[in-house]
Amino acid sequence: MKKIAIFVAIVALLALPYFGNNYIVRLATVMMMYSVLALSWNFIGGMAGYPSFATAAFFGIGAYVGAILQANGIFFGAAWFAAGLIALIFAAIMGRAILHLRGHYFAIASLVMVEVLREVVNTNDQITGGGMGMNIPILKISVEASGMLFYYSMFVVALLTLATTSWVYHSKLGFGFRCIQQNEAAANMLGVDSTKYKTIAFSLSAVFVGMAGAIYASWVNYIEPPDVFDIFLTIKPVVMVLLGGMGTVFGPIIGAVAFLALEEIVWRNFLTIHSALLGLLIVLLVLFLPKGALFFDYRQFFRGRKK
Amino acid sequence: MKLSRVSRQFGGLRAVDDVNLEIEPGEIVGLIGPNGAGKTTLINVITGVHTANSGEIELDGQRITKMKPHEVANIGCSRTFQIVQPFPNMTVLENVSAGALFAAGAKNIRESREQAMEYLEFVGLADEAEKSATALPLAGRKRLELAKSLAMKPRLLMLDEVNAGLNSTEIDGALKLIQAISDRGITLILIEHLMKVVMSMSSRIVVLHHGKLIANGTPAEVIEDQSVIEAYLGRRFAEKIAKEKNGQMT
Repeated sequence: MKKIAIFVAIVALLALPYFGNNYIVRLATVMMMYSVLALSWNFIGGMAGYPSFATAAFFGIGAYVGAILQANGIFFGAAWFAAGLIALIFAAIMGRAILHLRGHYFAIASLVMVEVLREVVNTNDQITGGGMGMNIPILKISVEASGMLFYYSMFVVALLTLATTSWVYHSKLGFGFRCIQQNEAAANMLGVDSTKYKTIAFSLSAVFVGMAGAIYASWVNYIEPPDVFDIFLTIKPVVMVLLGGMGTVFGPIIGAVAFLALEEIVWRNFLTIHSALLGLLIVLLVLFLPKGALFFDYRQFFRGRKK
Repeated sequence: MKLSRVSRQFGGLRAVDDVNLEIEPGEIVGLIGPNGAGKTTLINVITGVHTANSGEIELDGQRITKMKPHEVANIGCSRTFQIVQPFPNMTVLENVSAGALFAAGAKNIRESREQAMEYLEFVGLADEAEKSATALPLAGRKRLELAKSLAMKPRLLMLDEVNAGLNSTEIDGALKLIQAISDRGITLILIEHLMKVVMSMSSRIVVLHHGKLIANGTPAEVIEDQSVIEAYLGRRFAEKIAKEKNGQMT
């Protein structure tokens, strides 16, 4: 049943560009990007229980690495791949430095990464263009073809992230993450090398985000620091995962799709107060869906409350 | 296991002070002492939660002084927590299989679950395997702690007050279990406040007071020891008892 559903979804998404207009394809590309961000955050935040706010840092690194490489004549595919790799290495190094912090302290340290990187990119204007931003060479293909290229690229990265999530979830690695999430001291005592596991979780939360960042940069052709080191890129994935279900395989995707739908439908109509609505959404989520949509007891809800 | 001149300080407080101790394979050693004597700290130093400020700790000739908790766990040294520490969102079986998977080197999750089931049967929790760990009553959670640490296939197991908070029937069950564990050839250190338990189980008793090791001997020797009575009851009372005893003799 589950396998059939996944198969149908994949076929439908593969066929989508042949049926949808440019707006639909653009929206679907964003959906894939959000799925990558949410699934990635799920490794560190959902499975290992470390509230990372570094997603925007990895996204920005990916975008700038991809942009700089492409500006120097590197083939776009190679540039995207390299962007993921650099984000991974960066996360592994930074993880070593800040993963001994817990709870709020870790959240703040990871948030600082975003702010510092934005300033670094801002000030090194010979390489990055600083506040002027960077142009990425436009591919010499039609608008429709490039739309499809970026959609399928995001789709592949999203599938990769999902496959990795599924593999990690069912492996020793994921078991270790869950132990750390629930009780780190006890996990250590049972022989879990928590430093190693946390660093892996943090690195996993970076690699695909880095790739997505680079694809995004090529897609929009122009990036600037406030655009790719945007704090919303950090917060949105958290909301998506909360919406769908922390630490699960499909929860983040469900959350990403639901979030995108909300963003498109509701926020278009409330442009001026959409930040306030984001805050309200988070509060409502925590109050009514503390474990996410996957764990919501629908049957009980429709039967009416017990007692 | 061998501890030589192990000390651990917290600020000005010497929580563990110059402790020398040797434990032979297969022994059951009772570790007792008044509240705050440094018993749990000593366990924490052995398991690498805290590192010793000075001194050396060896396990079967291997230096473990500077090892991290997960490394100590991997070479066959496990412990239970005084305050039980289950993984709350996992089943009883998953809790135990974590020990088998990470410390005992089970090849995969399936194998670790099979091993975990054996230990659950051993401690009598097999019927609760699929329950959430938090659904167990206290006695069950203490058994879960035991199963978890046994699944790590330890050579040395430190039991930090596994009997605290249990009623007398439950304690009898726990005692049988501890004996069965010892029969498997696992060296045991029992931290215990219940004298009935320590006296009946231990082949040797070690007494800590203000971080110092003040007595080390058979149960019979230790309860007669002047410094032990002083540590528990205060010096004046100890002198009084000593006088009365001498009075009776003469």
